[in-house]
Amino acid sequence: MNKTYTETELDDVIQRLVQRHGARRAEVIPILSELNETFGHIPVEALGKIRRAINAPEEGLFLADSHLYATASFYSMFSLQPVGKHVIRFCESAPCHVVGAREVIEAIQDHLGIGIGETTPDNEWTLLTTSCIGLCSVAPVIVIDDQLYGNLTPERIPDLLAQAQGGEA
Amino acid sequence: MNAPRALVLVSNDPASVERGSEDVFRALQAEIRGHQLQDEIKVSTIGSVGEQDDLPLVMIYPEGVVYGPIGADDVRLLVEEHLIQGHIVRSLVGRMRESVGEIAWLRTRSGALPVQQRVVLGRVGIVDPESLDDYLIHDGYAALGKALFEMTPQQVIAEVDKSGLQGRGGAGFPTGRKWEFVRGAGATPKYIICNADESEPGTFKDRMVIEGDPFSLIEAMTIAAYAVGAAEGYIYIRGEYKLGYQRLENAIQQAEERGLLGDNIFGKDFNFHIHLHAGAGAYICGEETALIESIEGKRGQPRARPPYPPTYGVWGKPTAVNNVETLANVPPIIRNGGEWYIQFGTEKSRGTKIYTIMGNVNFTGVIEVPLGITLREVIDIYGQGMKKGGKLKLAQTGGSSGSIVPASLQDTPMDFESWRKAGVSLGSGALLICDEHTCVVDLARTILNFFHYECCAKCVPCRMGTHRLYEIMNDISIGRGDFESLAEIQALGLDMEILSNCGLGQTASVAVRDILKHFRAEVEEHIRDGVCRAGVCKITTAPIYIPREAVIR
Repeated sequence: MNKTYTETELDDVIQRLVQRHGARRAEVIPILSELNETFGHIPVEALGKIRRAINAPEEGLFLADSHLYATASFYSMFSLQPVGKHVIRFCESAPCHVVGAREVIEAIQDHLGIGIGETTPDNEWTLLTTSCIGLCSVAPVIVIDDQLYGNLTPERIPDLLAQAQGGEA
Repeated sequence: MNAPRALVLVSNDPASVERGSEDVFRALQAEIRGHQLQDEIKVSTIGSVGEQDDLPLVMIYPEGVVYGPIGADDVRLLVEEHLIQGHIVRSLVGRMRESVGEIAWLRTRSGALPVQQRVVLGRVGIVDPESLDDYLIHDGYAALGKALFEMTPQQVIAEVDKSGLQGRGGAGFPTGRKWEFVRGAGATPKYIICNADESEPGTFKDRMVIEGDPFSLIEAMTIAAYAVGAAEGYIYIRGEYKLGYQRLENAIQQAEERGLLGDNIFGKDFNFHIHLHAGAGAYICGEETALIESIEGKRGQPRARPPYPPTYGVWGKPTAVNNVETLANVPPIIRNGGEWYIQFGTEKSRGTKIYTIMGNVNFTGVIEVPLGITLREVIDIYGQGMKKGGKLKLAQTGGSSGSIVPASLQDTPMDFESWRKAGVSLGSGALLICDEHTCVVDLARTILNFFHYECCAKCVPCRMGTHRLYEIMNDISIGRGDFESLAEIQALGLDMEILSNCGLGQTASVAVRDILKHFRAEVEEHIRDGVCRAGVCKITTAPIYIPREAVIR
């Protein structure tokens, strides 16, 4: 989900997050996580604002905005671009793979008409991958938004997607 | 408040939730309220319980009966028969039996089975993970009390040393020695880090502990802090473990309220604070120095080592980084003594090990058994045999960075020593069991794709190596491979092992090289004949074998 926001709103959110977590370097990733959750992605202009708000000289300062960019672009749970209304993350690790994940992913791609890392033209769906989420006993597994779905088969996909979409509306 | 006469626990790990455990929980609450029993019977949730075939589970204590799988429709019968009449509902009882002391989930099929021994998972599935009271009743904080009142920090370290406890994150470094290094390091302050960034594919043992017994982790970290002289600690939990995060957050808060964490613990002159830190999705952050970088708000790229974390860790200070499973072993060791721990496992590999079993077996889930049992035992007894009567082709141990074990090695005891001799890494304890429908080329391609994706791109051997290896295997899987590239895999893999900065690059080629070692004929078939005997690879182009030197590039 991507919320639209104004500059002041962004400032407010960042100020609130920094205040709650603390202006420490150890809090950078928790702050970015929450920002990502709030807006669906991390607005690039937020990075400089966060850098200036972090103030713990004993831990060493971030010297440039690019340090924050480096951090934000590294982690797979962060997105620097807006994503679709619903995000599908599928596990492509070996334990899912050997019990049929490939067929499931092909079914999703066929159904939505998008590839991995892409968003549907109507901005409804984004398809991403995730590393193993530790649900190998019910593999193959996908995550739609925050909801987990296991024991998947290609046949279940159309219904599942319709259901996930309906639950949100 | 009077103690409830019965405790009902509903499993609500993600796998159970997927199968409707939340509906069961709500139905139970409603049914119990309908009978006006809410003051007598407590309903709560637990995290994972290990064995995952009969989910969702409902456990009723004090009887210790485990029901499963339970749907919302079964709830009325359970309440009326068991909780009101006091009869066990035989038809709903799960396939496992109640626990008996430390030895839990005894399988019933035959008399002479190696029994699971639960040291680490002893409480998982038995205590309410959100209640400190419940933890205290089950020997919780007895170990910390003993350490603080009866032992010096040196004695704590000596006890852990005596137990022979080795790190369970994969490297197997002796825990006592690590603590000694941190204690002996000159600089202050010192830190304890619990590595809960469990991202190795196929590994979910730490999630069991975090979700099922979070207080034990807090207690263990406090003991470790006392031993090494740290006043602050971090738990780095991977971002995907949302339930685990909540559980730990709650556990930290409750422990702080009772004076078991924070300033003057147990009224002693000993302070310890824990910061809970969620990751944001990066496999490499399981590497200890990458994890430290990540805590510091940076890209999770491993540092050059030495210096190692015991001398130069988070914020440049001495830091003990311990895996969840390792730490969870500490309270039982302190409580019962190092001598007691030695009885489990083999001479050189002490204690128990948690394995996660998955893939083409009938039963998938978690077991905790003494080190040294064989793969065959794991598959036949705990895995209940291969799915659909299939034949074991190979097993991958220890997640993506682990080894490929062919069926011929299934009788080798699984302990650190024997496997090291056989050239196999025990790793994180993941056991991915594959039958003959698994294509080794396709498996290697999948594993390499993972490394290619998760490589942090800091050092060249790994960045280029994972990419190139993936390219080669992908080519082979679509029928465009050549024989020269097989030699390239060997050479490149060896270079990566020697030259890479961290474990990711050093182990990324292990699986593919093992596959070449044990299943070379099958790989060659793909190249020479364009045939995938497992029928997995979609070889569309007719195989045209062109020697490399004839190709103009």
